[in-house]
Amino acid sequence: MSRFEVVRTGANASGGEPATQRNIPHRGAEANPSASALQTRFSSAIKRVEVIWGETVVFVEPALAHEIIRWLHDEQSQQYDFLSDVTAVEYRDAEVPIEVVWHLRSLPYRRFLRIKAQLPKGKPLEIDSVYDIYRTADWLERECYDMFGIQFRGHPDLRRILMWESYKEGFPLRKDFPLRGRFSRSEQLRQALAQNPEARYSMEELSIADAFAELPQDMRERLSKGERTGE
Amino acid sequence: MGLSTSAEHRTVQYAPEAQEGWVATRLDFLVNWARANSLWPMPFGTACCAIEFMATAASDFDLARFGMERMSFSPRQADVLICAGRVPFKLAPIIRRIWQQMPQPKWCISMGACASTGGMFDNYAVVQGIDTIIPVDVYVPGCPPRPEGLIYGIRMLQEKVKNERAADKGTRDEMEPDPTSQLYIPPSVIDELGEPFGNSVNQTRSGL
Repeated sequence: MSRFEVVRTGANASGGEPATQRNIPHRGAEANPSASALQTRFSSAIKRVEVIWGETVVFVEPALAHEIIRWLHDEQSQQYDFLSDVTAVEYRDAEVPIEVVWHLRSLPYRRFLRIKAQLPKGKPLEIDSVYDIYRTADWLERECYDMFGIQFRGHPDLRRILMWESYKEGFPLRKDFPLRGRFSRSEQLRQALAQNPEARYSMEELSIADAFAELPQDMRERLSKGERTGE
Repeated sequence: MGLSTSAEHRTVQYAPEAQEGWVATRLDFLVNWARANSLWPMPFGTACCAIEFMATAASDFDLARFGMERMSFSPRQADVLICAGRVPFKLAPIIRRIWQQMPQPKWCISMGACASTGGMFDNYAVVQGIDTIIPVDVYVPGCPPRPEGLIYGIRMLQEKVKNERAADKGTRDEMEPDPTSQLYIPPSVIDELGEPFGNSVNQTRSGL
């Protein structure tokens, strides 16, 4: 059975062509069937399930988030094979915890599921990386770390991705971060100009030696003749 | 200095007391005429201004009428850096390096509100005007400027180029700020002066 047959014989097989849903209520629409499957599989780790504008949000125990996402990915009846986003939400109220959000999509079953794990403020913001499940989590988690300062345990290369390496002002999307930054304009400019643009890249990014076999044929031919790839 | 250039802007006046002979002034005129009419732009397009810049270069507005049909994507061959769009702090060392790689004589056009002042992006990530990094000859206002606006700025730059003198060395010198000079304003004072005039005056640095 090919991969595309799985797509056609998924949960939507009897419903015919997928259509845009209309007249979705704000709350209380029918939940994604994966939510009840999660509740039977991980009973106490699923804190609550909300359906907002037809999209199912599952709040999970942070310590078990990795295991739950692993199960959603591996389980034959779920097959959430596409991680479309990893991000975080911080609310203005000090007592409301920071939420780490994963957007999962099951291409065979045409399902969308939002997983949230709440990390209380005042404690180290740490959670397990899902890099070993989805490779795309690499940059998504780096961005999340860059903007919110959430440490993803097990991430192979957790460093800033949008701001530069030597950025010292903190995590810009946190609520305690002033909009203009912590330093004065001239100090920000001095620090920005002092950085070396090439120093931000890791040796892996600068060198293509490891990926040589995966390059396109014409590029391999050019490079094998000794073309210089950079300064 | 409008689009209709008057004759007095185009002619180099002969003034014996200026200690430049007829040959030098005529040579200036010739060199400036050549330079002004074949400015090769280095497009540094980072945002929506670059779309207008592309429209300027395309057939409707046709930048080639002013000798600028050849976009120089290498700074080594460029005459004028056109910064079109906002510049984040992460790009600050890059635009400065591009500017340093351009050979003299070189000019810079800051296109649009963001490149000139930071525009609406009065936040932690955006340079508040590229004139804090590199010298700017012409500011083109607008958000983004229409192609006519950019062409007007380019004509202003051409006027500036046409009025340059080879004997005036000061225009081409690049000076590092000298802290011992009386004209030097330390960055802290600049911050102090600039603080109340940000785009969002009700904002505080202390956060919440």
